[in-house]
Amino acid sequence: MNITRVAERSAHATPLPVASALRGLSDRTIAWLFIGPTMLILLMINIFPLMWTIKLSFTNYKANRPNAEVLGVGIDNYVSVLTDPDIWVAMQTTAHFLFWTILLQMVIGFSLAYLIDRKFRGHGFWTTLILVPMMLSPAVVGNFWAFLYQPQVGLFNYAVSFLSGVPASSFQMLGSTKLAPWAIIIVDTWMWTPYVMLICLSGLRSIPDYIYEAAEVDRASKLRQFFSITLPMVLPFVMLAVLFRGIENFKMFDMVNLLTSGGPGSTTELASITLKRQAFESWRTGYSSAFAIVLFVAVFGMANIYVKALNYVKNR
Amino acid sequence: MSKLISTAHSVVEPSSSTRWIAGLLVGLYAVVAIVPLVWIILTGFKSPADAISYPPKVFFAPTVEGYCNLFTTRSRQSAEYIAALPAATSKCDQVARANNMVVAGSTNYLPRFLNSLIIAVGSTVLSVGLGVMAAYAFSRFKIPLKDDLLFFILSTRMMPPIAVAIPIYLMYRELGLSDTRLGMILLYSAVNISLAVWLLKGFIDEIPREYEDAAMVDGYTRLQAFVKVVLPQATTGIVATAIFCLIFSWNEYAFAVLLTSGEAQTAPPFIPIIIGEGGQDWPAVAAGTTLFLVPILVFTVFMRKHLLRGITFGAVRK
Repeated sequence: MNITRVAERSAHATPLPVASALRGLSDRTIAWLFIGPTMLILLMINIFPLMWTIKLSFTNYKANRPNAEVLGVGIDNYVSVLTDPDIWVAMQTTAHFLFWTILLQMVIGFSLAYLIDRKFRGHGFWTTLILVPMMLSPAVVGNFWAFLYQPQVGLFNYAVSFLSGVPASSFQMLGSTKLAPWAIIIVDTWMWTPYVMLICLSGLRSIPDYIYEAAEVDRASKLRQFFSITLPMVLPFVMLAVLFRGIENFKMFDMVNLLTSGGPGSTTELASITLKRQAFESWRTGYSSAFAIVLFVAVFGMANIYVKALNYVKNR
Repeated sequence: MSKLISTAHSVVEPSSSTRWIAGLLVGLYAVVAIVPLVWIILTGFKSPADAISYPPKVFFAPTVEGYCNLFTTRSRQSAEYIAALPAATSKCDQVARANNMVVAGSTNYLPRFLNSLIIAVGSTVLSVGLGVMAAYAFSRFKIPLKDDLLFFILSTRMMPPIAVAIPIYLMYRELGLSDTRLGMILLYSAVNISLAVWLLKGFIDEIPREYEDAAMVDGYTRLQAFVKVVLPQATTGIVATAIFCLIFSWNEYAFAVLLTSGEAQTAPPFIPIIIGEGGQDWPAVAAGTTLFLVPILVFTVFMRKHLLRGITFGAVRK
């Protein structure tokens, strides 16, 4: 008798795990077949280069001189990164950028979501319209805002002077050391507020109506309802938005590189831009690798602590 | 009772005046936020002189010069030379001749745009395809150290792209992948796959296991059940994930500018370096930007219902 027919017949008679083992691949095999390719691609293109970066960070390697002798320098690169005043200035610039973009995006994004949740007529259309900036390429956006910010002919300066009466050519958003940090904050806020709005909106929509109904029965005022129901229940969503925007803006490179490329001076030189300068302009590969690892550990550590806090709030 | 309240009563429904004010404020924000975008589109149809006039011009004579400059290279010629030429055959030829120039060839915009398309679609298919398999395995099977593996997959997204750009550059040079479409597809897939696994796991978790169990009792193998039962159920999730992967690959700049220079260069590093006579050719840049936005805009409008789910990274269940 044909062996496969035996297998088939016994498969119908035996319990499920045995049956599937007989008729096809076992669950275990399938599990590894399904996860394998993903792990392979991550190991090859994420983990292997990361290990390489770690290795380079302990050497004096320079990528533009591949034939020079490579010497191990121990933790020298890390010491010079952590004691370099320029690095700390870049960290401060990044912190300033992070603080204001997150604050502005949360406030405006949450307000918009709250308003949209009033379900006025046509809110679907307006929501779609608001989403458009976050779909754009950050590099292309940065490049184009450089045009909008031009003091003589740019739309931004014209609009500000039209509304406030200040002459349009009296201030330079990108040329002044005072205004340039705000120029990048404005563009980032313009671009990513919709993202925060969407997360807050899904939070607001997850609050069941009956809670408000109960509050109404108890004669809680609208203000009280907002502070005792809406805010606490949306908080985990807002914190999630802070996490996502925080990680992204800590790595921020493309938009700012195209808009100011770190200038004027180094007033908008975020960590990633310093990293790119060290790696691809000064070609200090070992040093920049050490800096990259420091940055990665910083994000990783902060994200880890933050996720713990988030879980605490969620399970409260 | 509670059902009665929520359908018949409207204590939680905002009043009409609240709605009116909310609509007004949101509309106002939307209009202000969309002005820069409208300005980009308008600038694409301006002449270089109109584009940098003061005060900025809202009304102007539209021209296709920006689009012509985007697609063609031109060379300046004497008026006699141009007068001696046969009649212009295309619109761009006419525009160029009016400025004492002739069309000399085509620019790299079209090949760059095509690269963007191939790389974005290729990496989306790869990362969603592999992602849905891994997500299914993580969702259904007992896997040792599952949570650690999942966090590891997520953490690969926290790396600044520049941190790994040098080793990837060196590695790709060895493998012959530098400045190739295949290299960029693999790279973008690696970046997107973490998102894909997390998003899709959220969706697959919500599909009841009983469906597959029933199918397997009916004689399906595990693989058949996956293909014929789980995949159709997960369509929404797959579409949402694909949108996010596509948007990322389409818009990516840092890797593209550091790792590609010719052959496989995508549009984002190309658009900002479109130079005209005397600095950046803003109408051509605007035209290039506008065309580059069209696929994403169309996509957003059609797929907006799926966006809400995808954006919260699967961390939020409704």
